[in-house]
Amino acid sequence: MKELKIFGIVAIFTLVLYWGVEPFAHSQMHKHVEGHNLVYDGTADVEECAKDKVATKKAFWADVKKIAALKGDAAAGEATYAMCAGCHMEGAVNMGGVTPPSLEHAGAIYDKNFLIALIKDPAIATNVDHKYPNGTMAHPMGSISTMVTTPQDIANVVAYLQAKKAGEVTPKEAFTEACGRCHANRYGHLTQLGEIPKTKSNIATGKDIDAMKYQEKVAVEEASLANYLGKLPPDLSIIIRARSEHFLHTFIEDPQSQLAGTAMPRTGLNKEGMEKVFAYLEETGDPSKPLREETGPKVLLFFLIFTALAFLWKKSMWKGHH
Amino acid sequence: MAHFDENAKPFSHKWMNERLAVDTLKRVLSTEYWIPKNINFLWAMGMVLAATFGILLISGIFLLMYYQPNTQLAFDSVNYTIMSEVGYGWLWRHIHGVGASVVFLIIYIHMFTGIYYGSYKKGRELIWLSGMLLFVLFSAEAFSGYMLPWGQMSYWAGMVITNLFSGGGLHADFLVEWIRGDYVPGQAFLNRFFMLHVLLVPLAIIGVIVLHFGTLRLPHVNNQDGEEFDFEEAAEQYKAGNVKESKVIPFNPVFLSKDVFVMGIYFIFFFYLVFYHFEFAMDPVNFDPANGLKTPTHIYPEWYFLWSYEILRPFSTNVGLIAFGIAQVIFFTLPFMDRSPNVAPASRRGLFKYWFWALLVDMIVLTFMGKLPPQGIWSTVGLVAALTFMALWVALPIITKLEKKL
Repeated sequence: MKELKIFGIVAIFTLVLYWGVEPFAHSQMHKHVEGHNLVYDGTADVEECAKDKVATKKAFWADVKKIAALKGDAAAGEATYAMCAGCHMEGAVNMGGVTPPSLEHAGAIYDKNFLIALIKDPAIATNVDHKYPNGTMAHPMGSISTMVTTPQDIANVVAYLQAKKAGEVTPKEAFTEACGRCHANRYGHLTQLGEIPKTKSNIATGKDIDAMKYQEKVAVEEASLANYLGKLPPDLSIIIRARSEHFLHTFIEDPQSQLAGTAMPRTGLNKEGMEKVFAYLEETGDPSKPLREETGPKVLLFFLIFTALAFLWKKSMWKGHH
Repeated sequence: MAHFDENAKPFSHKWMNERLAVDTLKRVLSTEYWIPKNINFLWAMGMVLAATFGILLISGIFLLMYYQPNTQLAFDSVNYTIMSEVGYGWLWRHIHGVGASVVFLIIYIHMFTGIYYGSYKKGRELIWLSGMLLFVLFSAEAFSGYMLPWGQMSYWAGMVITNLFSGGGLHADFLVEWIRGDYVPGQAFLNRFFMLHVLLVPLAIIGVIVLHFGTLRLPHVNNQDGEEFDFEEAAEQYKAGNVKESKVIPFNPVFLSKDVFVMGIYFIFFFYLVFYHFEFAMDPVNFDPANGLKTPTHIYPEWYFLWSYEILRPFSTNVGLIAFGIAQVIFFTLPFMDRSPNVAPASRRGLFKYWFWALLVDMIVLTFMGKLPPQGIWSTVGLVAALTFMALWVALPIITKLEKKL
């Protein structure tokens, strides 16, 4: 039939056009970065780093592998952890630019190898050692090397963190612990200091003094972060729509792979942690998804019936015309 | 004054007829508005466009109730208020975004249908010209609307496009500042593009749509073979009951029934995109808030502007601007550049057949290159395609002059 042939030509040109401006153009515009399936063994770090650092990094990650093979004692780890809790606690204050995050669900959302590496040397583990030319002691967590000193101590602390998995971690908790110390999420009502408290304005003046005080605290925290990191890390409310899923995955896994030189540290999320963080980003960035999936089929069904009826109408109208 | 029957009941048929000539209107505008029978589904694109414009207008009205034209608030009013606080706000936004992109697809199909079947010639020049005017107005509408979410691409596209008005070597920076109301896109800029998008341009579009319909009435719609026949004779034949022999059908209900069927298929496609594939119409870069201190790695317009963007890009500033200016208006000249008297499908018009397909393919190549980073081989392909575009238009009067009369 002639009409179908014409339709076919229009459809082919439309699809070619779509292919060219969407999948093809995007494949050419962004460099392709392979993910590492959330395995943190330093492979990518060694490939990317400056030549003079190769040996150090290789040796570092080889040590991490050795420590990972040790059997950790969770009870002994709990005692050593008391030193960590001196900074990583409820109501922690900004230290050297950033507030230490809660480790409440660290064992559940971070990879074991990454945690070992982090305690051993936070700058190399997070792959931001290029920001500390004078050594890891300048890192806000640099002093850890004077507290958790032996490989066995490290194995013990990590064993403790993994043993204390306190219940199921929610997407919001995962986001707050892994991302929330640097990134706000205003659509989720989160600042770098946590959930925005509910306050009331003074009826006589219309001014909300508590909110103003809170805003000031946030502004101070943000200024400190911007000073420490070189810029204020972006709000992540709708980052899920601003970047592709693949980009976010590979970026979170190893920020240097997508943005060489960035101040963003690797967060060492494991599979569960990554899923939870994504769930939260989707909750704030694409909240219509459930309703969209529910409404879509209904609307399409309506138009299928509409089209079928229109076809019958057309057939009856054109009867005897040919 | 005309005669009014005093006994006619208010709003009765007779009463209405005496005041508004409803019977005559109905006859002239619908039941005796004759359309050729020899047509295919491409003839329904006009109604599909009208329907899409309607969808854009309605969804736009809903969005307008929550949108804030303020550089501090615009981004969140779109991405937070409309997307998560307003019931079904996301649906209106996705309909509006997808509609804005798809309307151009249909416009291009509609345009190329006209070019293919020679529907711009001999008596139909005004149909073409008013249609091109609509294309320009829709472009203005699309561009001004793109500014409103005040994301990175809004801001930087606004910056790049308004910069064009400096006229390259003319350095007419005062004109750029006058258009922006500031040195860089800011509050004044957002406010005026908001006004253009929700008032002035839609108003002009509605006016020109009426004109476009009006220009169709006397020359009548073209048909698949470009055949010229006596519409009045064919209409008489139809009215006498010889519907099979007659070459025409009434707009309402015969032509309309086919239009509605085609629209049904179109709506299935449209709403499939709205629910399952809307990302193509909403560029990820625009989900980062506008930031005058951070230029995005790649700045490119929406897909429907890419071909003309690529005519601007491969040349030096001044040459590029001139080429770009020509590309913007060249389609207006089509009825006068085509020197052949033949009204027929391109397939029967000798060299014009190759011209048509070459133009279509060239514009698709330009579109691809307009989005790709201008590096290496892509720059060369873009330059060749832009030169080909110019060459095709230079060749048009010559090849159509040589065309044999059918």
